[in-house]
Amino acid sequence: MEHIVIIGNGISGVTAARHIRKHSDKKITIVSAETDHFFSRTALMYIYMGHMNYEHTKPYEDYFWKKNRIELKRGYVETVDHANKRLKFADNSLLDYDKLVLAVGSKPNKFGWPGQDLDGVQGLYSYQDLEALEKNAPNNKVCKHAVIVGGGLIGIELAEMLASRAIPVTFLVRESSFWNGVLPEGESAMINRHIKNHHIDLRLSSNLKEIIADENGRARAAVIAETGEEIACDVVGLTAGVSPNIDFLKDSGIELGRGIKVNRMLETNIKDIYAIGDCAEQHEPIGNRRPIEAVWYTGRMMGETVAQTLCGNPTEYKPGHWFNSAKFFDIEYQTYGWVFSKPRENETHFHWKHEDDTKCITVCTETSTGKFLGLNTFGIRMRHEVFDRWLTEGRSTDYVMDHLREANFDPEFYKHFESQILSAYSQQTTVNA
Amino acid sequence: MSLTGDASNYLNPTQKIATVIGLAGLGIIVLSLFNEFSNKGLWLTISLVAITLGILLFSKGSYSGKLEGIKNHGVWIKSISSRGFWGWVAGITLTGFYVILYFYEGLLGANPDGNTGIVGLFDPLSRLLSGNPASQWFVYGTLYTVAILAFGIKFIWKYRHNRYEQLRTISVMFFQTGFAFLIPELMARLNSDSFSLPYNDLKNMWPLNYYAFDGWRVDQFINAQNIGLAFLIFAILSVFVISPILTYKYGKRWYCSWVCGCGGLAETAGDSFRHLSDKRMVAWKVERWVIHSVLVFSVVMTTAVVSTYLGYDSEKYWLTKKTFVILVSLFLIALFAGIAYFKRKQLKNDAFKGAVVYLIVTLAFFAVIYFVDLSQIKINAKYFSFGLNDNIYSYDAALRSSYGFLIGSIFSGVIGTGFYPIFGNRVWCRMGCPMAGILGIQQRLFSKFRITTNGGQCISCGNCSTYCEMGIDVRSYAQKGENIVRASCVGCGICSAVCPRGVLKLENGPLEGRIDGNQVLLGNDVDLMSLVNNK
Repeated sequence: MEHIVIIGNGISGVTAARHIRKHSDKKITIVSAETDHFFSRTALMYIYMGHMNYEHTKPYEDYFWKKNRIELKRGYVETVDHANKRLKFADNSLLDYDKLVLAVGSKPNKFGWPGQDLDGVQGLYSYQDLEALEKNAPNNKVCKHAVIVGGGLIGIELAEMLASRAIPVTFLVRESSFWNGVLPEGESAMINRHIKNHHIDLRLSSNLKEIIADENGRARAAVIAETGEEIACDVVGLTAGVSPNIDFLKDSGIELGRGIKVNRMLETNIKDIYAIGDCAEQHEPIGNRRPIEAVWYTGRMMGETVAQTLCGNPTEYKPGHWFNSAKFFDIEYQTYGWVFSKPRENETHFHWKHEDDTKCITVCTETSTGKFLGLNTFGIRMRHEVFDRWLTEGRSTDYVMDHLREANFDPEFYKHFESQILSAYSQQTTVNA
Repeated sequence: MSLTGDASNYLNPTQKIATVIGLAGLGIIVLSLFNEFSNKGLWLTISLVAITLGILLFSKGSYSGKLEGIKNHGVWIKSISSRGFWGWVAGITLTGFYVILYFYEGLLGANPDGNTGIVGLFDPLSRLLSGNPASQWFVYGTLYTVAILAFGIKFIWKYRHNRYEQLRTISVMFFQTGFAFLIPELMARLNSDSFSLPYNDLKNMWPLNYYAFDGWRVDQFINAQNIGLAFLIFAILSVFVISPILTYKYGKRWYCSWVCGCGGLAETAGDSFRHLSDKRMVAWKVERWVIHSVLVFSVVMTTAVVSTYLGYDSEKYWLTKKTFVILVSLFLIALFAGIAYFKRKQLKNDAFKGAVVYLIVTLAFFAVIYFVDLSQIKINAKYFSFGLNDNIYSYDAALRSSYGFLIGSIFSGVIGTGFYPIFGNRVWCRMGCPMAGILGIQQRLFSKFRITTNGGQCISCGNCSTYCEMGIDVRSYAQKGENIVRASCVGCGICSAVCPRGVLKLENGPLEGRIDGNQVLLGNDVDLMSLVNNK
């Protein structure tokens, strides 16, 4: 019986395993150095905040794996010997495979800052990072102040986590406004204000120069490059993005770029070795997508796709319309289609913001044709299904705005804003015309 | 791993003051056991005001000055809400209160010849409302109503960004105060030597209200002229007409989380314990057997009770015992056959087998009722009451009494509410309530209600499942892109509220595509998905 080994028990690897089991009777082994069982990485923050325990973040009960004949092996893979189709583990044990799926995920970026490896300096990605945070910042007596470096999704999550235990936070963001490489100006500015309303000391256009150690080799302060200001702290969170976790593959013969190079079939340059999820890098970007997509949803799609290929139905990775979501403290964010931070050539943005400063939308239109290209929504839930259909049907923005109510997904009895949005939209179009 | 951050485990000064005030209010009630207050009205007022004020001030300490949003920080860290020391203290105290209330009311001071103690303390309020002295049930009803009102305001404060949560909380506060408490108490004033109505909470339907069709109640209704007859007809219509229509349109939530008193207490005072429900598959299996067994028990018991008084009072009713038993049997057989035929595609094999077993058991009991005169069989109650009661009952009364003891007192009260801090706030509603059992079958098979999953946006974080008070593993559906249609869902809406990615929405919609497992929107392009779905 063919033995498929998957390295990594995150969403990509586990989705692949589940779908291989759905379609076949192959022997499946999932290898992980992180935890015994699959848990939702996106839920790590809720464990620290006390919303959930670790047990609650497991999407499947522990009996699931045995019942579905998916073997779980805990161990750290040191080398991949593709000539002999054999994995060697840190404890020197060996595991043979017929087909190998690399779903090894990411690791936090470190940009060579002085002091980046001191005690009390950490990222937030793995279960071990969560344990470290619990040790470094159990409360505001042990951790009197924290500095977070890097204004992305993980940075703002870490800020929310620390704030939930009343730990004062200084948040260093390199950009002139939070996440404005992705979010249009109005949205980014609204999130800046929301961060400050949560009593986070947000420092925009601020880079980290170095982290200073105390006499025991623990971080005691972070220095801002622009001003030279020294901020006393007990914990420094490094959240300046993530990159593929591929160091162990350096000499494996597998072609690497920033990630593991794959074609549209998610195959690496070595026969019978595949890569999916955060660690996979497409030779050519697909549409407007980046070659490496470190997103929950794309990991899940790649897992489904590679399972098809492995079960005798060669299938290209063809993600549908782009969508994503996040939550910034209390404000939910969803996006469907493409809205870039600045309108590109032949694109127009329409922006509406509610007076309470917690809800807004941005709609992107192809200027010459009036075609709807995408929508960002903050504080108003929208229906994935409806936007997916409108994008497929190539609807115009006029149509989308007229029918916005159909896409509303807020709970019953919530206030609706479609008429406000529509009248703002018609005003803007009149002005432009 | 010991995640025991103590930062969120402390009380701020407002919350400390609030705790002192609230406990002082409770302290006055406890004190009344040992000390007869001279001005009971005054002390009762002080006590109830202090309890209410304590709860409101505590809410202010918790939520005021914070931005609108989900307030679950530290839920699994604080000992009261994570089965820690204070959780157990609260659980044991509540359970002890229920045991005393149901079985040792004398300890509370209840006495037909003049109340003392706690019951005595409540006399002034009872006289003000109904004109009669208090009973232990009046004490309980008052405290129950105060709890729903004060904790209801706390809940509204907590969810001040969520109008669904606010409206349904206002609704349960209204139904508890008006229908369960004030109206029946005030109606008692109408009673005289020639006219008497039973204590009647209009919204409390059979079979949750297991004594709804007891002989003495039906007699009183019939004797109380038009108004009594109207109440009796309304009680029957509620079960067979009003409830099915509302459940078809809105799901069982119209009752369980908008109207019901048990649900009302669970959603307000019990809100801090909702995440303690058991989510394991094995708990779901136990739930299905237990709740439907209670339902069968209540149907058999009610049929036995009604047929018995139809039997020995036959000249009073146009319906005879035998006709009644045959009619009920035919009704159940027709109902079963209809579901088995028209809903055969939705009935999973295990559900069908379970239903057959339950039908046979029920009909077997009916056969016994038909052929045997139950009132002639005598049973000593000590066999089912752990020795708390050693009266001799006839068989039908024994069924009625054992149901009242095991289900009405132990299950719904002692376990259902007393163990809030251990098993979660909806154990009774999930495992025991026969009304929820009936509404659940309707909701699963004949309703427009569902929780819609928003395409592929689920990140499997688990907040929805964790905060589901009914122990439904909501995530297991959401991550598959499948809608949630479960018999037990009471439509509290919290899964939707705590979801960080806007994935869940409670809706009433067309029956077509109600449970939609097509996974199209998990994100892949259409080719691949049509392939997956065709498998």
